[in-house]
Amino acid sequence: MADGRPGSGRYTLNTFDFSTTLGNAFFNTPIFTASGCASSGKELAQFFDLRDIGAVVTKSVMNKPRYGRPTPRMAETPSGMLNSIGLQGPGIDAFLAKDVPWLIEQKSRVIVSIAGETVEEYATLARKVRSVAGISALEVNISCPNVENRGLVFACDPDASRRVIDGVRRTIGGEIPIIAKLSPDVTNLPEIARGVVDAGADALALINTVLGMVINLDSMRPHLGGKTGGLSGPAIRPVAVRAIYQVHAALPNVPILGMGGVSSGRDALELILAGASGVSVGTASFGNPSAVIQIQRELHDLLIAKGFPSLKSAIGYAHRVEEE
Amino acid sequence: MSQINRSAAQLNATVLANKRIGQYHQIVFGIGDLVKSCRPGNFVAIKVGGESSRMILRRAFAISRVSESVSFGGTMELIVAPHGTGSKWLCSQPEGAEVDIVAPLGTAFGIPTAPVNALLVGGGYGSAPLFGLAEVLKARGCKVDMLLGASTGAKIYAPMEGKRAVNSLKIYTEDGTMGETGRVTEPIKTLIDNREIDVIYSCGPMGMLSAISALTAGTDVVHQCAVEEAMACGIGICMTCVLPVMGEDGKIAMLRSCIDGPVMDGGQVQWQMVGQVPEGTP
Repeated sequence: MADGRPGSGRYTLNTFDFSTTLGNAFFNTPIFTASGCASSGKELAQFFDLRDIGAVVTKSVMNKPRYGRPTPRMAETPSGMLNSIGLQGPGIDAFLAKDVPWLIEQKSRVIVSIAGETVEEYATLARKVRSVAGISALEVNISCPNVENRGLVFACDPDASRRVIDGVRRTIGGEIPIIAKLSPDVTNLPEIARGVVDAGADALALINTVLGMVINLDSMRPHLGGKTGGLSGPAIRPVAVRAIYQVHAALPNVPILGMGGVSSGRDALELILAGASGVSVGTASFGNPSAVIQIQRELHDLLIAKGFPSLKSAIGYAHRVEEE
Repeated sequence: MSQINRSAAQLNATVLANKRIGQYHQIVFGIGDLVKSCRPGNFVAIKVGGESSRMILRRAFAISRVSESVSFGGTMELIVAPHGTGSKWLCSQPEGAEVDIVAPLGTAFGIPTAPVNALLVGGGYGSAPLFGLAEVLKARGCKVDMLLGASTGAKIYAPMEGKRAVNSLKIYTEDGTMGETGRVTEPIKTLIDNREIDVIYSCGPMGMLSAISALTAGTDVVHQCAVEEAMACGIGICMTCVLPVMGEDGKIAMLRSCIDGPVMDGGQVQWQMVGQVPEGTP
């Protein structure tokens, strides 16, 4: 940490271990960007050094270039926002040829996020990602809510989730960890989580946005071009904390990359105490381009102030059983 | 280092002045040396509502003008219409208040290297950034004519000092309460046909920009317009503010109006497709 202040606890910034791991990937710090909220890193590089955070998680990329959904794509809601982007992007080939080399050149850690419409597309994407050196982990986004057919949200179906992760696992081998990004919009999240872990996911990303809608009172129709959108921001943070807590309780050995409305160090700590090994900052960057680095500093100081000897010692601390 | 947002900085700017002008507020911020990076057409993204606000997104405003003086240093002026909760909050900020800004953002109006005949067209408070642009064009030896339009006279923004930078200024209101009765786009066809103008710079509602693009289509007149699309971040990461724009490769791309705009080539924006996406894949 270049710019931390010594906390009030016993552990100073020199001895405090801020590092974390997701599967076999090691990160110097536990704060990441969130997929879909940092594009491919270039835009935020003006506001902080990308090397200083845990990793850049890139916007979920599909096999082919994609226009995404029609505008309006955004509606602000109380302490949150709805988005309906629909995975606009350059396609995996252009992405791997241009965006990833740039990030690696910056010496940023990179987690590539992929999204597909079929089990086969995910496997194809994984094969292409595997061919590029320097990527720390693969996020498999099986929970984007902004697709034409809600049936395509693999993460709402235990069997479909498993098949996607199984296909990716067979393709990627054991080289880089697979992080399955799940939706909170399910009845039994631990069951879905257990299924993808059994199929070969090394870690879980919790949570994707929550499906929502805003009706425009001028047109008296759904405001977003895609009608429904994904709700993000502080409004959904308690949903994220609940999801992480539930899944960590069911699968205590599976690392979780937590996200959902984190906009301060105390929010990040809440997700870590619930069981997250790392925290992604998403929508907060829209309102504050320095959010990722500010939250990282705040979390660092807060962990020390609370007396934790390391980030790892705080993971899942809310689940502890008090000794008699 | 990245080229995107390369001039932008985030800072706490002090409100130096805030006064009501007709239906708008003229707000001046102290931004120090950041003025040196600001160009006509750039915008600023401002955090609104204070610390405990439930509004989590910044609000984007076109920079009206920047200046430097001995007493105030670098200053940035905005013309704000108090429409929504965020802009009303901004308009209520007193002198001395500190506001979190990110600026300058987005593309700027292209300035010709040789003197040309320029027509500046503003709709409503969209005229605000055009006066700063007029000064720059005038300094380059351009002939600068300006047309301003609005539904009613109270929505025309035309400061006295701004008028000095233009060769002529004509005002149109739909209800006839100021200037000519009618739409600001009405005289443009004749000006183009008579080859009186080389370039049009426009800022205002999307309908006006689209109408001007229809008039310049098939002519040699260049149309640089500052677009207005709802944005969440202003820095290129949220992908909400996209517009369909024809690329040099003959393919339509959904470009972000925050970093590929707000100033765009009006002839390339696919106005009839705004609110839609092209069929197939890019």
